[in-house]
Amino acid sequence: MSDSKSSKDNQPTKSEVYKNISFQGLWKNNPVLVQMLGLCPLLAVSNTVINALGLGLATMLVLVISNACVSSIRHIVRQDVRLPVFVLIIASAVTITELSMKAWFFELYQILGIFIPLIVTNCAIVARAESFASKNSILPSIYDGLMMGLGFTLVLVTLGAIREIIGMGTLFSHVELMFGEQSSWVTLQLFDDYQGFLLAILPPGAFIGLALILATKNYIEIKNKKTKKLSFESNQEVEP
Amino acid sequence: MQTQRISSPHLKPPIQVTDIMKGVIYALIPGIAVMFWLYGWSFIINIFIAISSALIFEAIALYLRQRPVKIYLYDGSALLTAILIALAIPTLVPWWIVVLGSFFAIVMTKQLYGGLGYNVFNPAMVAYAILLISFPEQMSILWQNISNEGQSLNLIDSINFKFFNELPADISIDAITSATPLDSIKTILSSGAATVSELKSQSFDNNIYGVIAGSNVEWINLAFLAGGLWMIYTKLITWHIPVSMLLSLLICSLLLGYGIDSDLHPSPLFHLFTGASMLGAFFIATDPVSASTTPKGKIVFGAGIGCLIYAIRTWGGYPDAIAFAVILMNITVPVIDYYTQPRVYGHDK
Repeated sequence: MSDSKSSKDNQPTKSEVYKNISFQGLWKNNPVLVQMLGLCPLLAVSNTVINALGLGLATMLVLVISNACVSSIRHIVRQDVRLPVFVLIIASAVTITELSMKAWFFELYQILGIFIPLIVTNCAIVARAESFASKNSILPSIYDGLMMGLGFTLVLVTLGAIREIIGMGTLFSHVELMFGEQSSWVTLQLFDDYQGFLLAILPPGAFIGLALILATKNYIEIKNKKTKKLSFESNQEVEP
Repeated sequence: MQTQRISSPHLKPPIQVTDIMKGVIYALIPGIAVMFWLYGWSFIINIFIAISSALIFEAIALYLRQRPVKIYLYDGSALLTAILIALAIPTLVPWWIVVLGSFFAIVMTKQLYGGLGYNVFNPAMVAYAILLISFPEQMSILWQNISNEGQSLNLIDSINFKFFNELPADISIDAITSATPLDSIKTILSSGAATVSELKSQSFDNNIYGVIAGSNVEWINLAFLAGGLWMIYTKLITWHIPVSMLLSLLICSLLLGYGIDSDLHPSPLFHLFTGASMLGAFFIATDPVSASTTPKGKIVFGAGIGCLIYAIRTWGGYPDAIAFAVILMNITVPVIDYYTQPRVYGHDK
């Protein structure tokens, strides 16, 4: 785990630490694109942008709460019982999120259905608790939860947008479920008289779309590596 | 130029991919001819769209994968896949559905898996299944009416309809399309509107049951049967898959349907000669890449397809079952091949 890169020789400054956390969460160690965690809800609810955004934000909230709690009790909890404690914390965070969605976004909650309670099984969350929050102080942990959640949400929304555009020819449909009736002008009808391409909405579309996003990410990585090799800088950021 | 010294063993040169593909395409000719006779020009246009788009996609994919374009393009495999797609899909679908079918067959199913010889699934059938799932409406209602009283389109009208969605003023879309015999007979029998014997006894003009298996569809199947038998005769394919597939379809329909109640279930012969049974048995299930390769395995593979076809046709919601049955059995091929390896001479089992 290259989360906390701190050596005695050059102690990284605070801004560098936070910059590194954002870079890890959004790109380098993205929970979906690199760690391949939480694929089940990702594939299941990414059929429209709004569904994806709803689940992404819920997951982000859970990540932030669980990271904060785990980090704050990291000195009290004994090593041998840490996993059950993490699970309890995550489950409580999920319950809080679920109940608040039920209260304020009831229709969206009904659409997302079982996948809100199932956030508790999202490995990305317990992975962050174990590998980051239990080893770092509270503020970096909260920031890490935020960035990991954002990375997850961004991929989810991208996939949702691809599937929604190809599958239904719209973008931001059902936006009122999340932002109220006055926002319904946001919904875009991209093609007139579009007959729909059901495959993109159905599960195969999720797999094909995710594969395309992964391929694009890897393509960019490979290209970056090539240009880095070409420029003869002594770049300390290059890692094996 | 070197002279070749010829000594024993006097084996024939190994048969090339191109020869196999050519042979299979020749064997399809009788079926294509009958379908042209029944469906008219829209069917031929489908074949042309499928072939040209498949070759273009193949060339682009090979170029991107940095493979020799010319060698692979001329091996005929893309050509055969394209023809099979055109045979499988409804004749009146708009042109872009055919192009999309070629894309999914050539790029997604074949080239992304590593090209000819590496595809796990039968490309033409994956394309058909994807189209059927994605466009259920177009893929099930746009079958041209081939019963005896239907109107048909000439060449210009077919082109107009396929590319611009325009029909001549005096022809309505309902007049030229109809459910396939398999579909309408299934609906009639399951709703209890008529029994098999009542269907059979209808007058010739509006008899959807035909002589044995759905009016006119049976002739298509007979033509494919002839082509298939020729392929077995010339050893392009072995007998295992077609025989076991048709036999298991026959046994399933006999034991599970016709043998229980012959008024509610069409006869086993009906199943053999309706839909795409013969095309599937001889030309699709026998695809050398995605089918099982051991003799015993081929029999298991074919039998599995036969059972699945009967199950999906009888209890499923889609018009025909060949594509799903073949794809499902493609998944099991590695296991079948593993357990049916023949004993190597000199080794114990």
